[in-house]
Amino acid sequence: MPRLVSHPDEVKIVSRRFGLGAAKIDRYLELGGYKAAKKCLEQGPDWIINEMKASNLRGRGGAGFPAGMKWSFVPKKSAKPKYVLVNGDESEPGTCKDHLIFLHDPHAVIEGTIIAGLAIGAKVGFIYLRGEYRYLLEIMEKAVAGAYAKGFLGKGIFGTDPKTGTEFQIITHTGAGAYEVGEESALMESLEGKRGIPRIKPPFPAVVGLYGGPTVINNAETIATVPHVIEMGAAAYAAAGSARNGGTRLFSISGHVERPGVYELPMGYNLKKMIYEVAGGVRGGRKLKAIVPGGSSTPVLLPEEIDIGMDFDQVAKTGSMLGSAGVVVIDDQTCMVEFALRTISFYQHESCGWCIPCREGTDWLKKSLTRFHAGFGTAKDIDNIQHIAENMLGRTFCPFGDAAAMPTLAFVKKFRKEFEDHLNRKACPFAKHVELAVI
Amino acid sequence: MSDETMTLFSPRLAARFDALILKYPLRRSALVPMLLYAQDEVGYLSDAVISEVAERIGITELEVRNVATYYSMLRFKPAGKYNVQVCTNISCMLRGAYEVYERFQEELGIAHKGITADGLFSLEEVECIGACCWAPAIQVNYEFHDELTPEHVPGILAGYRSKAGVPSDGSLSLGWKAGVPSDGSLSLGWKAQAEGNAPHA
Repeated sequence: MPRLVSHPDEVKIVSRRFGLGAAKIDRYLELGGYKAAKKCLEQGPDWIINEMKASNLRGRGGAGFPAGMKWSFVPKKSAKPKYVLVNGDESEPGTCKDHLIFLHDPHAVIEGTIIAGLAIGAKVGFIYLRGEYRYLLEIMEKAVAGAYAKGFLGKGIFGTDPKTGTEFQIITHTGAGAYEVGEESALMESLEGKRGIPRIKPPFPAVVGLYGGPTVINNAETIATVPHVIEMGAAAYAAAGSARNGGTRLFSISGHVERPGVYELPMGYNLKKMIYEVAGGVRGGRKLKAIVPGGSSTPVLLPEEIDIGMDFDQVAKTGSMLGSAGVVVIDDQTCMVEFALRTISFYQHESCGWCIPCREGTDWLKKSLTRFHAGFGTAKDIDNIQHIAENMLGRTFCPFGDAAAMPTLAFVKKFRKEFEDHLNRKACPFAKHVELAVI
Repeated sequence: MSDETMTLFSPRLAARFDALILKYPLRRSALVPMLLYAQDEVGYLSDAVISEVAERIGITELEVRNVATYYSMLRFKPAGKYNVQVCTNISCMLRGAYEVYERFQEELGIAHKGITADGLFSLEEVECIGACCWAPAIQVNYEFHDELTPEHVPGILAGYRSKAGVPSDGSLSLGWKAGVPSDGSLSLGWKAQAEGNAPHA
C-alpha cells in the first residue's frame, strides 16, 4: 500500500479524505460526499460553469487549461450525444497522484464526473484507467456500483423522475499499457478500440470528440477537485492558490529526497521550500544538482533556479513547465547524461510512431545518447543531439514530440560540461551502471 | 464459432465479454479490455484468442492484431505464471531500481523478457508504473511492491513460490535460487529474451 505522508504546510482539499476509508460509499457520504453533485443538479449548467470559471481551476494533466472554459466550449445543442471522459492514464514519469485519488477517494472522481456531465449536458461519462492500475480499476468499479445502488447514477439520479428526470451513466475502462494514450485525442482513439494515435486538431474534442460527439476530457485530479470547488465555493477555492492558479495541487515529490510522497500544497508554493522543508531536503545530506519540476517532459531546473512559486505561470517564466507537478529531485552523485538517456529511452519506447519527427527523433536521440554515455561520443554529437531535438519541436500532431525534445535540450544546455566530460572514450565520471555499448 | 474456439474462455470470462460489449455505445470499444482480460486468463494472445476476440467483436483478426500490437501490456508469447515487472524509469532509477533489477536477474537467472525454465517467473524491465513516490517499485502481475532494496528480492520471490505451492527450501531450492533448473535447460528463458525487445538498452 503506497505510504501517505503529511506536512504542516499542506492544505488538504483534494486529499482531505485520503486514509479515511472513503472508498466505501457510506463513509464518503458521512464525510460530506455527493452533496456537491446534488447542489449542481439544482443550480443548473450555467451556474456550474460560472463557478468553475471563477475557481481558476486549471487542468491538472499538465497543460493547465482552465477547466471552466474548456467546459464552456461544448455546444449546448448537439445532434450527437455528448460525453465526459476522465483521463486516468497517469503515465508521466515522476507522477503518481491519481494513483492515490483512485485508491482513497474514488467517489470524488465519480461525483466530479457527474458534475461535469450536468454542466455540459452529457448522459454518459467514461473513466479511463491505465492498464497497470488494475487494483485501482477494481476499486473504481466497486465505487461506481455503489453509486448506482444509491441512485446517484442511472436514470433519474438523486431522486429525480426515472422517466423525465436526469440520467447519468458511468463506464469504467482499462487501457493496456501506453503512455501516448494520455494525450486526449489518442485517449479517445484508444477508448474507441483503436491504436492510440493522436488526431489532428482542430476540430477539438469539445466539438468533435468521442464517437464524434462533443466531449470534455479532464485529468482525474481535475475531476476529483470539482466537488470540492462546488462545496467550498469558487471564491474560497481560488483564494487557496495564487493569481490565475486556483486552489491546491497534488505534488508528487520523488527521487533523492528524505521524505518522498504526494503532498497537497497551495498553487504557487515555493519550490525550494518544497524540497528542503516539505520533503526533508536532499537524501543523505548530499548536494542538490537538478530538479525536474513537472514530470519527465518538463525541462530540468538548476538549484539556482528553484526559488520560484510552483504554479503554471511562474514555472513557465523559467522556461520550464509545472506540467503534472511530478517533482523529481536529483543529487550531485547522478550522471546527467545517464539521466537524459533514461528519459529519452522512455520517449523512444512510447512514441506511437505516427509522426516522423517524433518517431525518428526519439530513436536517433536514444542511439546518440547511448553511444555518448558509453564513451564513444564526439564533440559534434553534442550539437547534433541539440539539432535533432530542435527539429522535433512543433512538428508533430500531439505534444509528445515536444515532450521528448524540450527536456533533452535543457539537459544539453544546462549540463554541457557533463556531456563534454564523457567525450574521448572517457568512462562516465559517475560510473554506476554503465553498460559497454556494442557498437 | 467453432467448438474448438468456444472452449478457450471460461464461462465467467465469456459472460464478462458479453456484458462488456453491451456497455459501450460501440462494441469495438470493448476490444482493448477484452484482450487484456483474455490474456489474464489464457496467459497470452494466442492465434486462437485473437480469432475468438475478433469474432466476438465483429472485426477482422488483422484489425485486432493492428490494435493489440500497440499496447505494451499485451503479449503474443507466454510469460511466467508470475510476471515480474521492474520499473527503471527516472524516479525509480534514482532510488536504486537497476540494483533491484539486477538482483532479480541474478536470483531468477534470466534477463529482460526471459522466463524461468519451470515457467513460474518471467522478468521485464518496464516504464513508469505510477509509483514514483514509493520508488523503486515493481509489479508482479498486477500486484505492486514498493520502496524496495535488492535485499527484498529473495523474499518477494519466495512469497510467490509458496503461493504457487513450490517448496521454498530443500532439494528443489538450489535450482530455483540459481535459476538453473535441474535439467540444466535454460533454453525457453534465453530464447524469449533474445527475441524480446528491450525498452531500455
